[in-house]
Amino acid sequence: MTQIAEHPPIDQIWDWLHAVPDPEIPVISLTDLGIIRDVAYDGETLVVTVTPTYSGCPATSIINLDIETALRDQGMTDIRLKQQIFPPWTTDWLTPEGAEKLEKYGIAPPTAAGGPKRCPQCGGTHLEKLSQFGSTPCKAQWKCLGCLEPFDYFKCI
Amino acid sequence: MANVDQQALFQFLLRMGDNTLVLGHRVSEWCGHAPVLEEDIALANTALDLIGQTQFWLGLAGEVEGKGQDADALAFRRDVWDFRNFLICEMPNGDFGQTLMRQFLFDAWASVTLAHLQKSSDERVAGIAAKASKEVAYHLERSSDTIVGLGDGTAESHDRMQAALEYLWPYVGEMFASDDVDANMVAAGIATDPAGLRGEFDAIITRVLTQATLNIPQSTFAHKGGRDGSIHTEHLGHLLTSMQWLQRVYPDASW
Repeated sequence: MTQIAEHPPIDQIWDWLHAVPDPEIPVISLTDLGIIRDVAYDGETLVVTVTPTYSGCPATSIINLDIETALRDQGMTDIRLKQQIFPPWTTDWLTPEGAEKLEKYGIAPPTAAGGPKRCPQCGGTHLEKLSQFGSTPCKAQWKCLGCLEPFDYFKCI
Repeated sequence: MANVDQQALFQFLLRMGDNTLVLGHRVSEWCGHAPVLEEDIALANTALDLIGQTQFWLGLAGEVEGKGQDADALAFRRDVWDFRNFLICEMPNGDFGQTLMRQFLFDAWASVTLAHLQKSSDERVAGIAAKASKEVAYHLERSSDTIVGLGDGTAESHDRMQAALEYLWPYVGEMFASDDVDANMVAAGIATDPAGLRGEFDAIITRVLTQATLNIPQSTFAHKGGRDGSIHTEHLGHLLTSMQWLQRVYPDASW
């Protein structure tokens, strides 16, 4: 089994991927977002399984490119990216660490109740929905009636 | 799966993908033209979801056909007579109310249909349906809210929504008209008979349209011909001229 020792261990790969930022919301990483479904070796080839957040998310191709670039920078050459749409991505896969980073960045994290818990700016709870859609497919626009600032809410799906 | 008629499955997948492609393109025509910024963003996002779903449906269609065509080849290199979308998807945008009414009727059909397709015997179909269903639930919520807001709004917005409903109503029946392709899909456990979904659809639209103070037309007349490709409206050709222009003039262009 000396052959396997030549490959970076799977844990190491996950660590590298944890450092790859989401291209649209760079404050969280791809692993925070929960879109890397699996990392495994298929013989000599490293297979990274990725699931899209939304079917038409334009960031999907950039994300694939970023994953490949990050792994190549670490000296990996034999890489295959696999897209998997089932089970469909859910915001339940966003890590607690990811949710915390989002809020600090000014994006209200998803909640099961279907709306933001509090304003990410002032913490106010008197909120109003402006639009079901926002600057990216994964967000909606809300407004805080306390500080009057609009903010992004990461939709719960 | 060996017993599934691959030609019928291909036709079924084209219907699913052409619906989302043609409607997605229509909705994208609003980009930069919507009445307010939030609506512009909402329309563009809806279009994006529909085009994303198209990539899955037409991608699978190309795989099933087995002639080396990918989703792009199917989208950009077929002419009007090869398209299998419902006529309602190719109808012009009209005013904002007409666009939203078309979206609402389609969303209601899609939410009912996709819920059933999640139980498909073909796990590839079930997988796409599960993914698309989440997005469609969101679209339906938004289009329903807008229908109610505008229908039960001012006299002007109410009249426009009623006119939109009457204009589009004759195109609703086609969504539930079954044919041999459907019979094939039902026999293989891949899809449910569209005719059997009308009740669930009617329940959704009756609830929303009543709340919107709109009158549901009584006529059962239905324009047909889109989903079997026998006859499209004159509008589809114009849409394709714009959508396919670049790939027609510069085949395989990429950037």
